[in-house]
Amino acid sequence: MIMLRIKNLKNYKLPIILAAFLFVISGCSQRTDFKNNSIITASIGDARTLIPILATDSASAEISSLLYNALVKYDKNINIVEDLAQGWDIQDGGLKIIFYLRKDVKWHDGAPFTAKDVEFTYKKLIDPGVRTAYSGDFEKIKEFNIIDDYTIELVYKEPHAPALSSWGMPIIPYHLLKDEDLNTTSYARNPIGTGPYKFKKWVTGEKIELVANPDYFEGAPLIKNYIYRVIADDASMFLELQAGGIDLMGLTPLQYKRQTNTLFFKKNFNKFRYPSFGYTYLGYNLKNDKFKDVRVRQALDYAVDKQEIINGVLLGMGRTATGPFVPESWAYNAGVALRPYDAQKAKELLAQAGWRDTNKDGWLDKDGHIFEFTIMVNQGNDLRQQAAQIIQRRLSQVGIKVKIKVVEWSVMITEFINKKQFEAVLMGWGLAREPDCFDIWHSSKTKEGEFNFISYKNDEVDQLLVEGRRIFDTKKRAKIYKRIHEILYEEQPYMFLWIADQLPIVDKRIKGIEVAPAGIYHDFIHWHIEKEND
Amino acid sequence: MAGMVPLLIGITIISFAIIHLSPGGPVELATSMDQRVTAQARQKLMHIYGLDKPLHIQYADWLLRLVRFDFGNSFLDGRKVLDKIVERLPITLLINILSLFLILIIAIPIGITSAIKANSFYDKFMTVFVFMGFAMPSFWLALLLMSFFGIQLHILPILGIKSLFFDELSLAGKILDVARHLILPVFVSCFVSLAAMSRYIKTNMMDVLHKDYIRTARAKGLSETKVIYKHALKNALLPVVTILGLSIPGLIGGSIITETVFSIPGMGRLAFEAVMARDYPVIMAELIISALLTLIGNLIADIAYSWADPRVRIGKRNV
Repeated sequence: MIMLRIKNLKNYKLPIILAAFLFVISGCSQRTDFKNNSIITASIGDARTLIPILATDSASAEISSLLYNALVKYDKNINIVEDLAQGWDIQDGGLKIIFYLRKDVKWHDGAPFTAKDVEFTYKKLIDPGVRTAYSGDFEKIKEFNIIDDYTIELVYKEPHAPALSSWGMPIIPYHLLKDEDLNTTSYARNPIGTGPYKFKKWVTGEKIELVANPDYFEGAPLIKNYIYRVIADDASMFLELQAGGIDLMGLTPLQYKRQTNTLFFKKNFNKFRYPSFGYTYLGYNLKNDKFKDVRVRQALDYAVDKQEIINGVLLGMGRTATGPFVPESWAYNAGVALRPYDAQKAKELLAQAGWRDTNKDGWLDKDGHIFEFTIMVNQGNDLRQQAAQIIQRRLSQVGIKVKIKVVEWSVMITEFINKKQFEAVLMGWGLAREPDCFDIWHSSKTKEGEFNFISYKNDEVDQLLVEGRRIFDTKKRAKIYKRIHEILYEEQPYMFLWIADQLPIVDKRIKGIEVAPAGIYHDFIHWHIEKEND
Repeated sequence: MAGMVPLLIGITIISFAIIHLSPGGPVELATSMDQRVTAQARQKLMHIYGLDKPLHIQYADWLLRLVRFDFGNSFLDGRKVLDKIVERLPITLLINILSLFLILIIAIPIGITSAIKANSFYDKFMTVFVFMGFAMPSFWLALLLMSFFGIQLHILPILGIKSLFFDELSLAGKILDVARHLILPVFVSCFVSLAAMSRYIKTNMMDVLHKDYIRTARAKGLSETKVIYKHALKNALLPVVTILGLSIPGLIGGSIITETVFSIPGMGRLAFEAVMARDYPVIMAELIISALLTLIGNLIADIAYSWADPRVRIGKRNV
């Protein structure tokens, strides 16, 4: 039988057949008016669940933000404004928050949105059997009272200013989910929200399709179809952008500065640039004797040229950072001046702290030990690895020996960071709009798995962090966080490295995009398409 | 046959231990360095996933579910693992079968002709050609082809398996659309694996060509075509049966690189994403299925071999 098959093959015809095949099928290129009412975006990873309180990945969060609404949201200038709530009262010094809900909101299936839905979302958030990661903020609520269908009263255990922004958590429908097990329900792949877009279709690993909600309470979005494609590889995504298969993607600095500077890109795309909400830092393990002296940490800051790193690693697509807030935030202290790069000053400070090159081998030493430490970086993050190398070079110039250790992300977190088995680590924080950073800097948050893994402790900061959570008045809070900003830059528990820019590129036919402190997506429902005929 | 069950259990124990003992876990990966997630919330998640139990209990739980053909639910999205696998299997199978078929119909002639014309210019050229494919990083080749056919010439789609407006197409249009999407991935996965198969066949063929019975056949005065295609080829292809048997688990495996670069939602990417996210139920399911298929593949290869080669059957009877 085998022989028979081989015999029949006579197969040098194959290339010809293949070529013919290629010719035939390449003849038909489909172009519909599809592009005139659709926007296509892409992501490296598929969404995991469209139940927003369960989602921990950015793809799910992005889709959910179009499907659902929360009680409050941030506007383009990063102020908290009404969403499903049309207003709120803060009473008893912040112990009580009363939300007044909009009465004109309907779920995508037509059912009215009421206080019951908010209560349901809250109950699921604090239910120990539901696999949500976001229970923390909601466990601070003592009582949840429904006053009427459109008014709810929350009593907190203590005044908690971040509570307001915690209600940026999307609300899920009671009437559809009351009898479902949230962890396994099929609703997660067939959601019903209140948002500007309705769910249409999900092809796993391939795409998610949404369609405009004509009854959206802020008016129907102008672009009818929203298609979210999963493209697992960065390079392929960039090729697909050029092939016309996607309208929008985030660029790397290299793509932004070099690869998209051709005539083709200028003719077909608009590029945008605005700062991201987050910063990259070098964190020191303050339990380690080498880093206990504040002069040493300041010296390290003097010894590293941050602008050089930004120019080298981000090709200039970023800004220097002086603290744990971004300049767009009201908590940012513009009075904190950047320490200039000054190797001489660094050497002096190190000498004051007792680090001198006594045996003339080129490395600083103290009590017979040379100053050396290891910077840990997670695998797969080239920017951070390159930054670590620049830091390594700069520090060697002042006599400090740096080693770099690249470790897989989850191993780095569980085995080194959580167990405090590190000397210095290069990482980043993505920031929320709310400036409360109690979990990162308060001295009580140093247990295994908590976020003050560098073991920072400063009594004034501790006190300010507590205070910042108890006051609701933004002006008074701003004062507190500005002071925290100042102290942290002075004390240098982290070497603050950079705030990277977001670099989206969008097809030119899509109009109405406005760059604001919050980025470009704040007004997505008013984006529209300039029709083209072909 | 009966020996397979303990073997399979042994495989599951070892896989389970290795996967769970490797550092990092699903909860840390999903939530680490997210300020909104408290340490207590992470503890709660560990509890819901059953990861706070001792390892041997976790294994027993898993095994108990498995004997009821329940692979559990994925940690990532809570869906049934079996559903996730079934959803991804067809496209991987399609690509792998097509490319295996293509490999066979290209590699067999290359192997045979290279053996016949051993050490000729043709043979050397073919050696270079197939090893080029072998040595070339497949993602690189894929990106080059995508750039050339998709962007320069604009004649082939570069990603996925269907166009965005697939649903609007007629049946013929749909088939054509999928076919267009398959050309590059199938070509890449075929080209990079030509070397192994064609070299294997060449070596076998050369062995056979030096056998006594070939000399006998030639001495009988048979035409060279008959000698090669009837007497030599039959024997040279016997070991291919074994290779085919052993490639059964590979059929569902899927290539991570091809699937990632071409953005094809197949088994390779499912496995890769599961490993990266420490989605234990999915990893275990994939491992056990491929272990099972390896064992079955071995069995099939043995059976097919004894069917195709009388010497094996007779040899066994004599023992």
